Amino acid sequence: MNAQGKVWKYGDNVDTDVIIPARHLNSADHQELASHCMEDIDASFAQNVRPGDIMVAGYNFGCGSSREHAPIAIKASGVSCVIARSFARIFYRNSINIGLAILECAEACDHIEAGDEVRVDFDTGVIENLTKSERYTAQPFPPFIQGIIRLGGLLPFLKDQSSEGGANA
Amino acid sequence: MPMTMTQKILAAHAGKDHVQPGELISAQLDMVLGNDITSPVAINEFEKHGFSEVFDQHKISLVMDHFTPNKDIKAATLAKQCREFAAKMGIVNYFDVGDMGIEHALLPEKGLVAPGELIIGADSHTCTYGALGAFSTGVGSTDMAAGMAQGVAWFKVPSAIKFNLTGSLAGWASGKDVILHIIGMIGVDGALYRSMEFSGPGLASLSMDDRLCMANMAIEAGAKNGIFAVDEVTYQYVNGRVNRDYTVYEADPDAAYEKVYDIDLSAIEPTVAFPHLPENTKTVSEISSPVPIDQVVIGSCTNGRLSDLVTAAKVLQGHKVHQNVRAIIIPATQQIYLDALRMGLIETFIESGCVVSTPTCGPCLGGHMGILAKGERAVATTNRNFVGRMGHPESEVYLASPAVAAASALAGCIAAPDGQYCGKGGNAQ
Repeated sequence: MNAQGKVWKYGDNVDTDVIIPARHLNSADHQELASHCMEDIDASFAQNVRPGDIMVAGYNFGCGSSREHAPIAIKASGVSCVIARSFARIFYRNSINIGLAILECAEACDHIEAGDEVRVDFDTGVIENLTKSERYTAQPFPPFIQGIIRLGGLLPFLKDQSSEGGANA
Repeated sequence: MPMTMTQKILAAHAGKDHVQPGELISAQLDMVLGNDITSPVAINEFEKHGFSEVFDQHKISLVMDHFTPNKDIKAATLAKQCREFAAKMGIVNYFDVGDMGIEHALLPEKGLVAPGELIIGADSHTCTYGALGAFSTGVGSTDMAAGMAQGVAWFKVPSAIKFNLTGSLAGWASGKDVILHIIGMIGVDGALYRSMEFSGPGLASLSMDDRLCMANMAIEAGAKNGIFAVDEVTYQYVNGRVNRDYTVYEADPDAAYEKVYDIDLSAIEPTVAFPHLPENTKTVSEISSPVPIDQVVIGSCTNGRLSDLVTAAKVLQGHKVHQNVRAIIIPATQQIYLDALRMGLIETFIESGCVVSTPTCGPCLGGHMGILAKGERAVATTNRNFVGRMGHPESEVYLASPAVAAASALAGCIAAPDGQYCGKGGNAQ
């Protein structure tokens, strides 16, 4: 599985309140959430993001609230992958559970700049910066998490486990 | 192999003798929590994947607390969806306007969480119940849906950081000041993926309200959970509330910790977190120039408990809120509201120029009941001061204890009740 797109670059501690402000949490509609994604720190994002684009950030991405609306808003805006130095833990598990691809890679975060064209290979963890002709490698997921992603999220995974007697765990 | 408190609780709920950091486990849940914002997303997932009944009607709590009493039609529609789901599934612990409270004040008060239990909640401040010696952690709506359907969740076993508490709090210092001090010291990702375990000889001097406040903000240091050793204070709190058997777990004396911090409680001073991160802390005495404010909020799952209101009333009694400040007091549950009323605290608040609200998360997350305009500043006893958290992206939130918030309401700028205010010594009143 691959992703390719233009990079939106942000800093450290991007919190869930800026990813999707609470004033918009009176809706659970994915497209409506996407239309407000990042608006408090980057008013241009929601209007200009294109399908496949990639978000790159620093430490502790997604800190704060447990709102699944945050990874949902990013995914529904068309972003194909988030690469960060580290993720806040609830955001990390929410992304896996809803099938938003995320990768931890300090090297990529150091070198990639806003607007770079980047390609990601999820099977190998290789991140290619087409603009700068550079390659970086991210840690792959452990097999248990790969299983959740392969089956399209946590609930299909659990259903599969109960019907297969846990064969895919 | 020796284990921490958290590791022991996780092992027991995974049916294992031992677990080690990094291990992925599937654990049985004692309680699954959701609110009016996160539950609808979970209910949609639950129904989409064809589940028709919940794993245990007594082990799910749905609390309508964020946008209630409903602030608009959309919020009312979300609450209605929760109400109908609870009725259809026969969920016993459904709390709506009239008997609800802010979830993390309500569940301990109702005896729905107990030492040694394993709780997940689709709200990041679910880590609050670690104050009782439980493992509790925030998750998302999909985890909540899976928990409601099957009573299990996956976890990566965390390593731990130990906070060895000594001494006892002095003056106006509170649990809020301790946790703000710790977050200022280790940073907003200082405990990322890890447990924060609180123990030591100073523990006995911390009230349950102080512990609930500290465990509540473990997430603001990135922690998976915060947990307190169980002692007499814990037993006094749960006796009469929890009417079922529970197991108390203790960390092994030789358990491994990534780091151990010694915290001398007697050295903790009133502390404020400046915008826009909870780690931007200063003691009030370190504030060098006046910080004028427009609003004060005393409430939330962090500091809306009875002792918080008692402290605020003590500071406000006989004084008037500054003319430039709107002061909003929000008791966290109906019981706390009633107790405050009977103690005369509500009268004190109203006479000093505060407004008193029904329980709601409201302004803490910029929902309703106290939104800030562009350029406005608030001192709040809440837990987050991110960009736009309480309203306009160019507004500011300063996190503080109830004592500092009340003193600031009187002074019109950030102040401590002992006379430190507006960057200089003097009398806040």
